[in-house]
Amino acid sequence: MKRAFFLFVLLSILLSACGGGTAETPAAVGLPEDAAALAAERGLTPNDVYAALKTYMPSGQTDPYIMFASGGQSGQVLVVGVPSMRILKMIAVFTPEPWQGFGFGGSSMEVLEGGNVEGNSVLWGDTHHPSISETNGEYDGQFLFINDKANARLAVIDLRDFETKQIIKNPNSINDHGGAFVTPNTEYVIEGPQYAAPIGWEFAPIEEYQEKYRGLITFWAFNRVNGRVDWENSFQIELPPYWQDLCDAGKKVSDGWIFCNSFNVEMATGGIEEGNPPFEAGASKGDTDYLHIIDWKKAEAVFKAGKAETINGIAVIRLQTAIDEGLLYFTPEPKSPHGSDVTPGGEYVVVGGKLDPHATIYSFEKMMAAIQAGGLETDVYGVPVIPLDKSMEAQVELGLGPLHTVFDDKGYAYTSLFLDSAVARWTLGGPYSGLNPDEPWSLVQKLPVQYNIGHITAAEGDTASPDGQYVVALNKWSIDRFANVGPLLPQNFQLVDVSQSGDQMKLLYDMPVGMAEPHYAQIIKADKLQPFTVYPEVGWNPDTMSVDPNAITSEAEARVERNGNEVEIWMTVVRSHFNPERVQIKKGDHVTWHLTNLEQTRDATHGFALSGYNINLSLEPGETQTVEFDATLSGTFTYYCTEFCSALHLEMLGYFMVEP
Amino acid sequence: MFQKLIVSLDLKVLLPDGSQRRLFDYLLPSAFLMAAALLLVVSMFMPYWQMRMNAPQYPDGLFVNVYINHLDGDIREIDALNHYLGMPPLDEGGRFERSISFLAVGVLGMLLMAGVFIGNQWAGVLALPALAWPIIFLADLWLILYRYGHSIDPESALGSAIDPFTPPILGLGTVGQFGTLASFQPGLYLSFVACSLILVGLWFHRRAYKPVVEAHKRLSVANT
Repeated sequence: MKRAFFLFVLLSILLSACGGGTAETPAAVGLPEDAAALAAERGLTPNDVYAALKTYMPSGQTDPYIMFASGGQSGQVLVVGVPSMRILKMIAVFTPEPWQGFGFGGSSMEVLEGGNVEGNSVLWGDTHHPSISETNGEYDGQFLFINDKANARLAVIDLRDFETKQIIKNPNSINDHGGAFVTPNTEYVIEGPQYAAPIGWEFAPIEEYQEKYRGLITFWAFNRVNGRVDWENSFQIELPPYWQDLCDAGKKVSDGWIFCNSFNVEMATGGIEEGNPPFEAGASKGDTDYLHIIDWKKAEAVFKAGKAETINGIAVIRLQTAIDEGLLYFTPEPKSPHGSDVTPGGEYVVVGGKLDPHATIYSFEKMMAAIQAGGLETDVYGVPVIPLDKSMEAQVELGLGPLHTVFDDKGYAYTSLFLDSAVARWTLGGPYSGLNPDEPWSLVQKLPVQYNIGHITAAEGDTASPDGQYVVALNKWSIDRFANVGPLLPQNFQLVDVSQSGDQMKLLYDMPVGMAEPHYAQIIKADKLQPFTVYPEVGWNPDTMSVDPNAITSEAEARVERNGNEVEIWMTVVRSHFNPERVQIKKGDHVTWHLTNLEQTRDATHGFALSGYNINLSLEPGETQTVEFDATLSGTFTYYCTEFCSALHLEMLGYFMVEP
Repeated sequence: MFQKLIVSLDLKVLLPDGSQRRLFDYLLPSAFLMAAALLLVVSMFMPYWQMRMNAPQYPDGLFVNVYINHLDGDIREIDALNHYLGMPPLDEGGRFERSISFLAVGVLGMLLMAGVFIGNQWAGVLALPALAWPIIFLADLWLILYRYGHSIDPESALGSAIDPFTPPILGLGTVGQFGTLASFQPGLYLSFVACSLILVGLWFHRRAYKPVVEAHKRLSVANT
């Protein structure tokens, strides 16, 4: 091989010497004739060809980045390769999903039950903000958190197997929008609230809104060792009922603080039917709302010192305590703000104006100086308010409807402009000046996107060291971008090339999302993810992430045991048979059925569907699952493999006979 | 130190009939036989033989490495595939041989070492098992492969679709959608090298001890 290469090099040198060094480089040659003809026939511009070459992924090559996108109302999480924009997986989170066997028997049942609301099962979610676990403000690729806005729930996904391990219901909040966001070392997963509710989530007439309704921010302590939220060490802080929205944790210089915007300082209570201004008007009346500045490290100390009240089983730092202990400060933010995004070094917080054409940039240093100086006036609840001129660093006029901001490695910020349907690229100042040729704190380019962009995400764009390269515009409307598939249209994820400085952003690719309306997404370097290819040992329980005591590792151990009307089955699953293949029981028996997939080969997954009993498991190589049910139906049933596993897949079945 | 070694290599040995030979001539065969024994011992920890299996749905292929006392590689998967033919698990082939292999190599090594202390043609006889070792290994492997390929169960899922076969011991073959590639591995090569060392060692052995044996003969003839 080496020798062949050497010969080739030698030959090339000789040839080029003979040809007088006139050999042309491929770039100078241009497209091959057939490709050029194809481009002409399809009317492709040079930009189109560039975009195609930038995004095309030849068979067998994998994407350098992975995007985790909220699955919106589907209650799931999308996993997408960037830049090819191919959907790799849809992780089942809040909603049952049969392919992954999620919610159709096995350990996923308990995970879903964790999300019950007052004992009622809620089998969907409105997922909003995925958040990858971080170490020192960088994605570490270990866990993914996502919230369900509709029911104020939080889910933990283990990125070793891309499966949801835990769902918890916030006991005091009705909704959450500002979740999930992690602190720089994933000490806490922050779940911001949205619509205010009476403290303790009880009934209170809307007329008592100002007295009884409150916002709540939750700090879920996360235990990396067992991969679960640690309820005992989690706490909440009571806030005024201002409809807190999105949050971001400070990092580096601002580590220890978090920043959340709010949008109903007016404390509008609606009632359009009674002639009151509707929420949309009432909550937008004032010129400013409040950016919440919270000292979470001090709050943690206050909580640990026992200065919190337990409400519905979780510690709550009351508003007055938060004020007295100096945990909470406000500063005004322009009209109907949206987004609250901390710059990579933690120096600034960027807030979009939604109904104000500016991005407002706050300086952490200035805010700290103002807090130090003291003598601040307070809002109606007594929370100190830092005047805008004492907290603001700069304002950059971007256009209409600025919402969210992400960052790159060249000192640029990217803000979604909802009303303008554009991505604004603008420059940061301060320590970021000079990383690009453009003037600090200035708009550089507005790239039209199709249409109504909500969130925006960039490669590692909300970490301490963004990568640049790619931005994805998460557009709410697609209108005419795709073939008409009826009045419910797909969303449009648009990939943008941001690798060049200046006004050189380029649109690369439209990806239809025809399953829900995603919100935020995060893009991680693919090599930071090290998931299992198969489970590490035969008999692996994905819930405990260890070998299951009821796993069996050979077919010789397969058996059925009866004890009274309790029937327990230990079954092996391997290409292309279940063992045992006949199970006969009596109606009314309680069945506990352990299944172990003996395979250790990549992709040798088997399904286990039990007709009539609403059971379908996905048994990945090495996995053990247990299903339990009462045999309420008598008759003859089959269990069969639902994942096409082998040439004899159709033969992979067993009979389940229930005597009446 | 080095000087001392040169001097010691230059030492002379007095033969029974009063003639002299260099000590070095006697160290040399011992060194070769000891090196051969050492190589055999080292080879126990290396694979002797390998079978690679390639099919479209296994981009990285499957393989099994055969050591003298165990197997490694994609055993589980190969067994899973072979069960369709009703073939026994790989681990069942050559179980007895594997169980005694370490002991056997130990004995071979000891016999070789005995040659260091035996100053006549019996050293060559004692070295014969070690010389035959790689051939014994390959012959036994062939037998195991033959039995394996002829253990297809006609009652199994695909048993009637494939005729009995013997996987090639070296080079390319085909089974179903699998292309197979059998190759010798470092352990077996080491045992080949050990054999060469033994042959060279025996040659030196003969050169060194033949005069001694003959001297003894002359002496005994003279004495009678």
